[in-house]
Parts: sequence; C-alpha cells; structure tokens
Amino acid sequence: MAEIRAEMVANVWKVLVAEGDDVSDGDTLVILESMKMEIPILAEDAGTVGQLKVAEGDVVQEGDLIAVIE
Amino acid sequence: MFESVLIANRGEIARRVIRTAQRMGLRAIAVYSEADAKAPYVREADDALLLGPASPAESYLDMDRVLEAAATAGAGAVHPGYGFLAENSEFARRVVDAGLVWVGPAPSAIERMGDKINARNLMADVGVPVSPGSREPIVSVEAAVAEARRIGYPVMVKAAAGGGGIGMAVARDEVTLRPAFEGARSRAARFFGDSGVLLERYIEGARHVEVQILGLADGRVVALGERDCSVQRRHQKVAEETPSPGVSPGLRARMLDAAARAGEAIEYRGAGTVECLVAPAEQDFVFIEMNTRLQVEHPITELVTGIDLVEQQLLIASGEEISFDPTAAPPRGHALELRIYAEDPRRFLPSPGEITAWREPSGDGVRVDAGYDAGDMVTPYYDPLLAKLCVHGEDRVEALERARAAVASFRIEGPKTNLPFFDELLGDAEFVGGDYDTGLVDRMRG
Repeated sequence: MAEIRAEMVANVWKVLVAEGDDVSDGDTLVILESMKMEIPILAEDAGTVGQLKVAEGDVVQEGDLIAVIE
Repeated sequence: MFESVLIANRGEIARRVIRTAQRMGLRAIAVYSEADAKAPYVREADDALLLGPASPAESYLDMDRVLEAAATAGAGAVHPGYGFLAENSEFARRVVDAGLVWVGPAPSAIERMGDKINARNLMADVGVPVSPGSREPIVSVEAAVAEARRIGYPVMVKAAAGGGGIGMAVARDEVTLRPAFEGARSRAARFFGDSGVLLERYIEGARHVEVQILGLADGRVVALGERDCSVQRRHQKVAEETPSPGVSPGLRARMLDAAARAGEAIEYRGAGTVECLVAPAEQDFVFIEMNTRLQVEHPITELVTGIDLVEQQLLIASGEEISFDPTAAPPRGHALELRIYAEDPRRFLPSPGEITAWREPSGDGVRVDAGYDAGDMVTPYYDPLLAKLCVHGEDRVEALERARAAVASFRIEGPKTNLPFFDELLGDAEFVGGDYDTGLVDRMRG
C-alpha cells in the first residue's frame, strides 16, 4: 500500500483516475497546479486506487493525502 | 501630465512602478486581491483598493473590477506592469474608452504583436529575419506533421497566443511532434483562450537575446541595447545579463537596427522588447516575438544606461518628451539579474509558504526589487517570483563577483528558494566563461 501526499500547497486541476481503477507505475493520477505550474502526481507502483481524497478545484496543503494505491 | 496612476498588478512590479510614480509627484493607486492585502506594495501606495478573492480571474484579470477601481479612485492613467492584463488589447481599449491614459502602446499594436504568427509574418514583410515557420495557425495534428516536414526538424511547437513558456516543446521527429502538438493545443486553449499553434525551426545551441526599445511621443523608435536571457528552466528565464557575452559589436548593431525597424513598422509607443534567437557561431539572429510592455528584466538595462524606464513610459504616455538624449546614452559596465523564485533549487518545483525571515543584500552596485518581506505569505495563486536581485559592475568579472557576494548574504527563510541554484550558477564554468546557451540549466541538472 502506498500513500501519495501533496508536496506543496496547490490547487487540484485535474483528477484522471477514480477509486477502483487499476494503475501502472508512472501513470498520472492527478494534476496539481501551483504558481502557474502544472505538477503531475504519478503512481509510484502498480496497483489499484483504494482511496482518492481530492476532487477537481480542491486546494491541498503540504502533506495532505491525495490517494492510496493498494 | 496626469496626476495619478493606477497600477493594475501586484508584487515587485507594482512596488517598482509606485516608486517612480511617487518620485514624479503622481498619486500611486494600488489594487489587490484578498491574498495580497498585507503586501508591501499595498502599504506603500497612496491609495489601495480591494479587487476581490485571491484567484486571478476574480481579481487581477477581472477587467470590470480593475476599471471600477480606477473610476472609484479617480485615476488618471493605468499602468499594467507585466503579465495579467498587460498584453490584453481589449483591456487597453477599455481603459482608453473610459477616458484614462493607457501606459503602453496602442491597442492595435498589442493586437498585431500578440498573435505570434501575425507578428512573424509582419516582421518578415519588413525585412526582419525570422526562422522558417508557420504563416497560419495549425489546427490538426496531421497538418502539424506536414508543416514540420516542410520546415525541417527539429521544430519548436508554440501557442500562437502564448507566452511564459507555457505549452512550448521541441520536437525532433514525428513521434515526439504528435504529443507536443496536442500538449501545446490544450494548454493554449486553457491558458490563452485560443488553441492556435505554430511551428518554427528550432535552432540548436541558440542564445535568447532581446532588445529594449522605446517608441517616443514624436514617432521615433530608439533601441537601448540588448539583454541575454539564455539562462532558462522550462523555457522561462531565470537570470539575465547585459551586454550579452555572445553578441559581437557588428551583430549588436544589426539587432538594434532591426528592433527599431520592428517598432516603427507598428508605430510603437512606449517601452517594448523585441525577442530574438542568436546562433553564436554564425553571429546570426532571428526574430521570435515582441513583448508590448515593460519586461521583468528591465532593471539591468536601467543599471547600465542610468535611465528610469518607468519614468519614460509615463512621460511618453502623457505625450511628453523623454528625460534623456537617446543619441547620447551609451551603456556603461555590465549588469546581471537573478530571479529569486519560491521554488526548490534542484527540481524547480513551487514552494509556497510563510516568509519567516527576509534580509536583502546591499552594497555597491546592488539593487533588489522585491515583492515580499518578512511575515508575508507566498500563496500558490501567482507566479513564484519573490524578488529580482540585480547587480552592476564596471565589467562582467566585477558584476559576477558582486552577484556572488549578494547571493551569499540574501537571507530568506520559510519557502524554499532558488538562491542555492544561483550559488551554483555563479560558479559554473560554462556560465562564468560566458559561452553558454539556452541548454545551460538542463546541462547543469543533467
């Protein structure tokens, strides 16, 4: 199980997966936006999206949980 | 001369314009979002009006709110700074229609240069060199493939209405062109509201060199020297210097002449910048685009010429003569600008947060244009520029020495900053040697 957390304060621009989706290592899960820059958040392992904690338009703080890959 | 000016911007550039406006005896009016209520520029302005929430769309990009603030404050003129509405011809037109003075070129000049394809065609038609590229917007991936074959790889893919490096990518073959085109098209639509894309031949090992121009009230256009902006990450400038170590006197003369010609072709008024790519070995250049506003890196031109460019903008906008003799303003010495960003110095990822400590360097030849101070919050809503650290020396060696000392004594705590990157850059053999190009930062990180 891998927890994916935000590295910085950012707005959630795009959510590209849903709970239950199978993902491969390196797949883009979510795209954050901070300071006019897009920051893709990638799966670091293959697995299933167990939890998805953000929606488009949300603001995440540093350390906030984005998703759990099981 | 008008008696007051509203600065439709934030951060360091709002502060910088306010300083000159007040020195000239004008009332400086700031506008701000809720996120910037405690910013230094809001405190320093003579008047300050709240625009709305932090989101740029509801504050600095909201034309209705900015114009309403100008009316409420009784502003005589509007200075747009750079970014936000600075190159929005509709905004410029609405400022003029409201009976206010627009501190910038005519809306028609903004329009003609805002579309990069149109600008390229116009420059080619008046004899300014351009690299082989699209004469019309490219609307499909198949058309892009055909166009790239005609131009020849490698090609640069760009948003026609774009800026700030957003959506730009280099494609070396058809396989890399397809995703580059789709990426440019979606970003163009999202950031600029116009999905037009252009291709142009990519010049390997090029330097990015731009010329500062000033279109005077009497119709003359003068060129005030060049700036080398080849230190870039993600196609965005990080450090600039003048004069360029890669431009010979002969090339400089040709570039300045072409830039003035470019300005005259569109009857340009005020401060503008003609951006070019230079092939150092051939000492050749091509036009890439024109920025119809004050440039972020304008202070280095001010340091070597002794001219206050914002003062000239305000004088020209009010139809007055500039405050210096353009035939007798030779640049003196060497100047550098380092853009201090709130970002980590390895991967250059944004790092917002509260600034807990802030101490600026000082000393001979050091100028800091800062938008923040201790206690301020750096939010994710705007670009990561915290301050511009500028240094001037008698020559490049002295300027580099002063820059090293200034970087070492600049103290910012809270958000991560790229100050450690500048420590590296100022010790990098390629940069120090002067023979570098736009691939420098990638090589430092490769």
